[in-house]
Amino acid sequence: MAMLEVTQLGISFGGLRAVDALSMRIEKGGLVGLIGPNGAGKTTVFNMLTGVYRPTDGGIRLDGENLVGKTPHEICRLGVARTFQNIRLFSRMTVLDNVKTALHHETTYTLAESLLHLGGYRKKEREMDARALDILEVFGLAEKNHYTAANLPYGQQRKLEIARALATSPKLLLLDEPAAGMNPQETGELMETIELVRKKYGVTVLLIEHDMKLVAGICEYLYVLNFGRELAQGSPAEVLHNPEVVTAYLGE
Amino acid sequence: MKKLFSPGRRDYTISFGIVILAYLVVQAMILTGNITSSFKGQLVPICAYIVMAVSLNLTVGVLGELSLGHAGFMSVGAFGGIVATTALADAIPFAPLRLAVAMAFGGLLAGIMGVIVGVPVLRLKGDYLAIVTLAFGQIIMNIVNVLYIGRDARGLHFSLLEQRFELGEGGKMIINGPIGVSGVSKLSTFTAGFLLVLATLLLILNLLHSRTGRAVMAVRDNAIAAESIGISITRYKLLAFVVSAVFAGMAGTLYAMNYSTVTAAKFDFNTSILVLVFVVLGGLGNIWGSIIAAALLTVLPELLRAVNDYRMLLYAILLIAMMLFNNSKLKERLLAGRHREVE
Amino acid sequence: MAFLNNLISGISLGSVYAIIALGYTMVYGIAKMLNFAHGDVIMIGAYVSFCATSYLELSPLLSIVLAAAVCTALGVVIERLAYKPLREAASLAVLITAIGVSYFLQNAALLLWTANPKSFSSVVGAGSVSLFEGGLIISHVTLATVAACIIIMIALTLFTGRTKMGTAMRAVSEDKGAAQLMGINVNTTISVTFAIGSALAAVAGVLLCSAYPLLVPTTGSMPGIKAFTAAVFGGIGSIPGALLGGLMLGVIEIMSRAYVSMQLSDAIVFAVLIVVLLVKPDGLLGQRRNEKV
Repeated sequence: MAMLEVTQLGISFGGLRAVDALSMRIEKGGLVGLIGPNGAGKTTVFNMLTGVYRPTDGGIRLDGENLVGKTPHEICRLGVARTFQNIRLFSRMTVLDNVKTALHHETTYTLAESLLHLGGYRKKEREMDARALDILEVFGLAEKNHYTAANLPYGQQRKLEIARALATSPKLLLLDEPAAGMNPQETGELMETIELVRKKYGVTVLLIEHDMKLVAGICEYLYVLNFGRELAQGSPAEVLHNPEVVTAYLGE
Repeated sequence: MKKLFSPGRRDYTISFGIVILAYLVVQAMILTGNITSSFKGQLVPICAYIVMAVSLNLTVGVLGELSLGHAGFMSVGAFGGIVATTALADAIPFAPLRLAVAMAFGGLLAGIMGVIVGVPVLRLKGDYLAIVTLAFGQIIMNIVNVLYIGRDARGLHFSLLEQRFELGEGGKMIINGPIGVSGVSKLSTFTAGFLLVLATLLLILNLLHSRTGRAVMAVRDNAIAAESIGISITRYKLLAFVVSAVFAGMAGTLYAMNYSTVTAAKFDFNTSILVLVFVVLGGLGNIWGSIIAAALLTVLPELLRAVNDYRMLLYAILLIAMMLFNNSKLKERLLAGRHREVE
Repeated sequence: MAFLNNLISGISLGSVYAIIALGYTMVYGIAKMLNFAHGDVIMIGAYVSFCATSYLELSPLLSIVLAAAVCTALGVVIERLAYKPLREAASLAVLITAIGVSYFLQNAALLLWTANPKSFSSVVGAGSVSLFEGGLIISHVTLATVAACIIIMIALTLFTGRTKMGTAMRAVSEDKGAAQLMGINVNTTISVTFAIGSALAAVAGVLLCSAYPLLVPTTGSMPGIKAFTAAVFGGIGSIPGALLGGLMLGVIEIMSRAYVSMQLSDAIVFAVLIVVLLVKPDGLLGQRRNEKV
C-alpha cells in the first residue's frame, strides 16, 4: 500500500473547478515533484492535503487513514508537515523558538507546569533545546538560534521553515516552491539539504517547484498539473520530454 | 551544546526588580510619613491597574487580539469578590485569607465569563473582534447594573431588573442594582496588592516562557503556520483570553475591596480604554513596560494637580504627544544614536 | 398605535445614528482607522450651535452652518496634527491617539462650557404633526431628522459615485499605494473625507440634541459608540451599510426600551450586534476578505 493515496480529488470555488479528478500515489521514502504552469492548482492540492481547504470530492489517505474533513492541526499530528510559497515564519520569535514551537506535541508538560515552571519543565525544555539545535544544525542555522526570525536573510528563512516543518516529525513533508527566489548556488545547497534530510529523518517528500534543474535533479517521479487536471506523470526524463508538457509550459 | 541566548531572564529581572524596589520605596515613604494621603489612597488602585495592564497585555500584545472590554472581567471579579467576602464573613474571620479566597473566586468567575465571551468572540478577526469585546463589556456592565443580591439567615438571594426577594431578619443587601455596593469592609491593603502583582508577574512570565506561551505567540505571528505545525488556534486563543480574564477578575476584587462603595459604572468602556492605553504605551508584549505605564499614568493626574483645572487636558495632550513621539523619526534617530554608543 | 409611535422614534434615533455612522464608515474605509474622537466632534458641533443661537442669537439654520464649518475645520486639523504623522504606524497606535483626541475634546469642552448641562432648544421648534386624531404624533424634530438623513444619504451616494473626488475616495479606500501611483493626492482625499465626516457629525449633534436636549461634554460618547457599532453592524466601509445599521440600531434600541426593559436596552442592542457578527462576520453589507494561503 502506498503511503499517500489521493483518489479522484477535486475542489470547486463557486463555479470555478480549481482541481479535478486528481489521483496520486506516493510510496514511503519517495521524493516526488508536483509541477505545472502558474495557476494550475498545485498549491490548492497542498491546501487540501493539509486541511486548509476541504475538498469538494475525492479522498486522501495517509497510511490508510482518512484525512478529508480533518483540521490542519489534526493532520499535522497524523504526520503531514508543510512549508508555504510565501514564507510564513513566526517572525517576531527567535529562530530557536520557531523550531521549539513545532516540538509542541513532541515534548509535553501540563499547563500547570507551564505556569509554575515546576515538575518536568526544566528537563523537558532542555530536551527541546537540544532537539531543536540538532535540527537547526542540519540547516546550518544553529549559530543563529537567537536571531529574530524576521531578521534572517531570505534563503535562511526558507531553510528555517523547512527545519520547523521537520521538527513536527512528519511522515510526509510538503515543500511549496522551496527554491523560489534563490540563486543557483543556494538552490544547489538546498537540493543537497533535501537529500540529506530525507536520509537522516526517513521522511517522504512531495514538492512543488518551478526550477526544472532542481526537479530533474532530485525528484524520482513527477506529476504534472494543468488547469487543475493531471496532464502527465512519470519519471522526470519521460515527463520533461512529453510534448504536451512542453506545450503547457511554453504555449503553442 | 551551543550557548543558548535567553532573553527571558532579563524580563524577570527587570519586572521583579521594578516592583520590589517600588514596594520598598513606598513602604519607606509610609514609615517616614513622607507620603500624601491622596497618593496613599492610590496605592491599591495602582496595583490593580498593573495587574489589569499585564493581563490585557497577554491578550493584546502576546495573543495579538484587540480587546476593548477588559473592564467587564474586572467588574465580574469585583462583584464576585464582594459577594464572596460578604458570604464568607463568618466562615473566614481572618481578613487576608478571606481576601485571598475572594480573589480566587472573583478570578474564577471572570475566567468563566472569559470562556463565555471568548468562544464566540475569538471566531472573529481584527476590528470586528474588538467591537464585539466592546459590546460584551457593555453588556456585562448593563447586567451588573440591574443585579440585586442580598443575604440573610436563609442564604443568598438573587434577582435581575428589580428586587424580587424579601430579606429576613438581620438580612443585608450586597449588590443593590444601580446603587451598587455600599458598606463593604475594606480588605485590600498595599501589601495584598503587591503580592497579587508579584503572583501575576510570576505566573504570566512563566506562561510566556513555556510551550504554551510559544504556541500563543505562534498563533499571533502566523495563525496558518501555527496550525500547520499542529497547534490548535482556537485552543490557544481561548487559553490566553481566559487566563487574561482570570487575572483581570482578581484585579477587580482587589480594586473593589479598597472602596466602601462600588458601582457597575466604575468598570465601563473608559476603564477598558484606560488599561489599553497602559498596554500600548508600555509596549505590546512588554510586561515591565505595562507595569511602568500603569503606575505612572495612574499617578500622573495627581502629579498634574498643580494645574488642577487643566490636568485632564494636559493628560490628553501628553498621551497624544507620547504616541506621536513613539512613532516618530525623532525617536528612531535617538535610538540609533544610543545603539551606536553601545557598540 | 403605540407600536407605530415607537417605530417612528426608533427611525428618528436611527437616522441620527446613521448620520454619525457615515462619518465612522467613511473614515474607516479610507484611512483604515477607528476614529474614536468622532463622537466628541458631535458634542462640539452641538455646543457651537447652542452658543450661536443663545449668545450670538443667530437663526437655527445659520447655527447649523456655523457648527458644520467649525467641525469641518476641527476634523481637518485633528487629522493633520494627530493622525497624519501616524499613517504608517500600527493601527493600535492610531487608535490610542484617537482616544487621546477624544479625551482632549471632552476636557476642552469641560473647561469652555463647564459640566453644567446646557438645555438645548430644538432647531426646528417644538411643534409636531398629529395624525389619526392624535393617535400618531410625529414631532418636527423627527421629520427634520429623517429628512436630513435621506438627503445626506442621497448626496453622499451621488458624491462618491459621480464626482472626481468621490472616485478618488473609492480608489484610496481600495488601495492607497495604487491610487497614489495613478496621480491621486492621497492626503487631500483623506482630508476631504475627514471634512465631510466632521460636517456630518455637526449636523448629527444638532439633531441629536434637538431630540434629547441635555448637552454636557460627554454627550457624544455613547451615541458615538453606538453609531460605531451601527457602522460595524451594517458592514464597516459601506455607506448603505451605515444607513441600514443606524436605522436597525435605533429601532432595536427604542423597541427594547419600550417592550423589554429600560435598563437593559443597551445590552440588547449590543447582544444583537454580537449575533449579527457571528452569523455575518463582516456585517450585513460588508465585503468578505479571505487570507490567501
